Amino acid sequence: MPSHTFQLNGETVTVDVEDDVRILWVLRDILGVTGPKYGCGINVCKACTSHINGKAFNPCSVRVADIGPDDEITTIEGLADTAPGDGLHPMQEAWLEHDVAQCGYCQPGQIMAAVALVHKVRAEGRAINEADLDTIRNVCRCGTYSRIREAIKTGQDAMARGL
Amino acid sequence: MGTHNSESPARVSRRSFVGYVIGGTTLIAAADLGLTPSAAQAAPIPSVPQVPELYDLNDFLTHCAMPTSNLIAIEVDEKGHAHFALPRMEVGQGITTAVSMLIAEELDLPVDDVHVTLAPARPELLFNQLTGGSNTIISMYTPVRVAAAIARKALLDAAAILLGTTAAQLVAKGGVISAPGGSSVTYGEAAAKAAKPTTEKVEVKLKETSEHAVVGKPHRRVDARAAVTGKKKFAMDLDVPDALPTMVCRAPELNGTPVSIDNKGDVEKMPGVTHVAMIPTGVAVRAKTFGQCIDAVRALEVTWNSGTVTTMSAKDIKAELKAGQIPLAVPKVGATSVDGEFTFHFRSGSALEPNCAIADVRDGKATIWGGLKSPITAQEKIADALGLLPTDVTVNVVQGGGSFGRKLFFDAALEAAHASKAFGAPVKLMWHRADEPRQGRVHPMAVSQVRATVLAGSVLTFEQRHASVACDFTHGLGERLTAEVAALPTGLSNLSFSESIFMLATEMPYNFGVVTQLLNEPKPAVDRFNTSSVRNIYSPDVATASELMVDQLAKKLKQDPVAFRRSYLKSDVVKRVLDRAAELGDWGRSMPAGTAQGIAIHKEYKGATAVLVEIDCRPETVNREVRNAVTGPRVTKAVVVADVGLVINPAGVKAQMMGGFSDGMCQALTYSNHLVDGHFLEASWDNSAYTRQWNTPFEFECEVMESHGSQPGGVGEAGVAASMAAVACAYARATGEMPTEFPINFHKPLHFETKPFIPSVPESPTDGLAHTY
Repeated sequence: MPSHTFQLNGETVTVDVEDDVRILWVLRDILGVTGPKYGCGINVCKACTSHINGKAFNPCSVRVADIGPDDEITTIEGLADTAPGDGLHPMQEAWLEHDVAQCGYCQPGQIMAAVALVHKVRAEGRAINEADLDTIRNVCRCGTYSRIREAIKTGQDAMARGL
Repeated sequence: MGTHNSESPARVSRRSFVGYVIGGTTLIAAADLGLTPSAAQAAPIPSVPQVPELYDLNDFLTHCAMPTSNLIAIEVDEKGHAHFALPRMEVGQGITTAVSMLIAEELDLPVDDVHVTLAPARPELLFNQLTGGSNTIISMYTPVRVAAAIARKALLDAAAILLGTTAAQLVAKGGVISAPGGSSVTYGEAAAKAAKPTTEKVEVKLKETSEHAVVGKPHRRVDARAAVTGKKKFAMDLDVPDALPTMVCRAPELNGTPVSIDNKGDVEKMPGVTHVAMIPTGVAVRAKTFGQCIDAVRALEVTWNSGTVTTMSAKDIKAELKAGQIPLAVPKVGATSVDGEFTFHFRSGSALEPNCAIADVRDGKATIWGGLKSPITAQEKIADALGLLPTDVTVNVVQGGGSFGRKLFFDAALEAAHASKAFGAPVKLMWHRADEPRQGRVHPMAVSQVRATVLAGSVLTFEQRHASVACDFTHGLGERLTAEVAALPTGLSNLSFSESIFMLATEMPYNFGVVTQLLNEPKPAVDRFNTSSVRNIYSPDVATASELMVDQLAKKLKQDPVAFRRSYLKSDVVKRVLDRAAELGDWGRSMPAGTAQGIAIHKEYKGATAVLVEIDCRPETVNREVRNAVTGPRVTKAVVVADVGLVINPAGVKAQMMGGFSDGMCQALTYSNHLVDGHFLEASWDNSAYTRQWNTPFEFECEVMESHGSQPGGVGEAGVAASMAAVACAYARATGEMPTEFPINFHKPLHFETKPFIPSVPESPTDGLAHTY
């Protein structure tokens, strides 16, 4: 059985699993990290959105053999530790402020996508606009889209203030 | 019916209720779940008003709850925290938050110190453990408050002894009871003293609405923090020992069944795979990871029976519905008739959390964990399938990742039970997404015919005939209706269950002379299609057809749609929400060509909703490109105004209206299942085209009106119908053409390449690292 080592939420982990198992199942079924959710398995619904080396990716569509020991995966469970201070990440706080979640199933993925989008747009030297928000593909079957849009704007401002 | 609901035996006077302190070592306060001052006085029923004006679906659901003299109980622990196991299911609609608020209010405890969990199947509650019809808060409102008030009284009595004073002298606030001299005890300290050795009957009064400090104020969901940190546990997140991932290989045709597995030995040897076996609905595979289940499902070679609608397509079902429609009574009379026929296509009821459940069936016992809205029926049916007694089946209810009517049924729990029994091992069974639209429960397709007659500037008749594919109600309520049928108001007892539900829910709130709205299901068997009461059942389609026709009538009479509605509306509650929506949304403002406003109303769930939208149907908008996306007309702004009776949590009500709007909008514009040659083509979210960010209005506003009602109404479904209707009306006004098929893009060339039916699920991609951002 092949052995795979990578960084997960700030710790080095090693798993023994076949090469072609997608990272989502390594996280959920082997490591018991259940924040990233299954919603489709074909990189459409984005419920599993997490970060690899600070960028959004979908672990349902990456083989565990395709990442290396230095690759840093962050799931919703590790997001708060990527921000200053002891509390939640400002985007999580924004989600609470706008009471976004209904059933909550998609929200870990939504938050991870939002943080990555803010970083991406900021790297382009600008603020998020409506067209940027329209590019978010994450499905919310409870239909919380409008509150997600508002929360991202709040979260962006808080991130800019370094909260 | 007349005396059925008068003075419940437990009710002593207008605001005084009886409950119990249950004997035991901790403080347990209980109330009869049947307590309700809210159901309508249902007799006598005049013939002219439609049934729901006097007795609606929620009265029926509430009455179903009444005869069960069973208790719900609140326990106060040594820390002074209150615990309540809610015999309903939280699926995102916010009932755990609202119930926590009710308990906190009556018990004078911070909401954070109230812990609401979901009760496992309690067969003794009979049919009083069904989550549906937006009825939870309506039916729980009184019993939950009574139990909390009894707990508070017991705590005060105990504190009086501890503090050497009388209960009347004490003040309870925030979980602390204080005496006039400044001495105090916590609820935790009082709770131990308040426990009674034997059960005692207690009489309490409830707080007046005017005394409410928690109820009626916006409150964040109690599970919000768990949701945003990834800590909220859904069924597939539970760690049940040895319950390994399990998936099912399904037939290429809808409801096809397996005959034989042709390569079982080969698949059993695949990496990670532990078991392969036939179950009634397909071939189940158990493996170390779900990824390996997907690989095994794809590798299986299975011989299948054909399905239940083999060779049939949407056009065949439409023809069937039209042929079976109940005839209109009023003949078509030249210039005085306004006719319309509307087709509503199948749409998937799937939640984002797929159908899933954990089952451990071994040694003549079964334990199930799942998001189940009818756990008692699930327990009975699973026991029956396994050849066990219901008492040998434990059904644990887990919070669900959405429901929308889907989780009224227990399809995955039953499959998990079959698979676990076949394997002799626990399973964590989950549907693949591709199976959800293809084999999962759908909203039944329907054709709605409307004819209105206008003479001398007035509407004389309004008839609607709604022919629907059979909607499956076999999740428990049906038997209840049979039991209650003699007690129902005039005219309901001869109807089928679906017809009764339709009759109880459907209300045309206009003075249109002779009004009849009738449902029929030409083929009543529920095993051809897998249907369920998808959010708001028939109402969104019925309202879309009727509100489009209301706009046509206004046009014929050369009146403004809002002014026309206002002059014909019967109910002041509806007029109020309509006027407020028109005001907030600046109805009638000048709009560029190709864009328009639309407005619609709906009355149900003991309240009313009005929705105003603005839609952009200009080519540059309709043809905007987003990768693999259905764009089309864009709703740019939405205003929802709702009167939902007494409001427990305004933030929760607004959330439900937002969700209802997202549902209604896509049902009008983009969201459907295409039935072609015996199976549905859609196999992913991109195929089905539920609302996404690129469809979401730039502006969304919801106002929850202060209600004149003293009882809460239903919330979870109340936003869907008027939203769908308003979007349809706006589209008609923007394009000048009244849409008659829903969603409006149904006959456009398919926006996706159909995924194969064999294998039944697609392979997971491997190029995820090429799409990071």
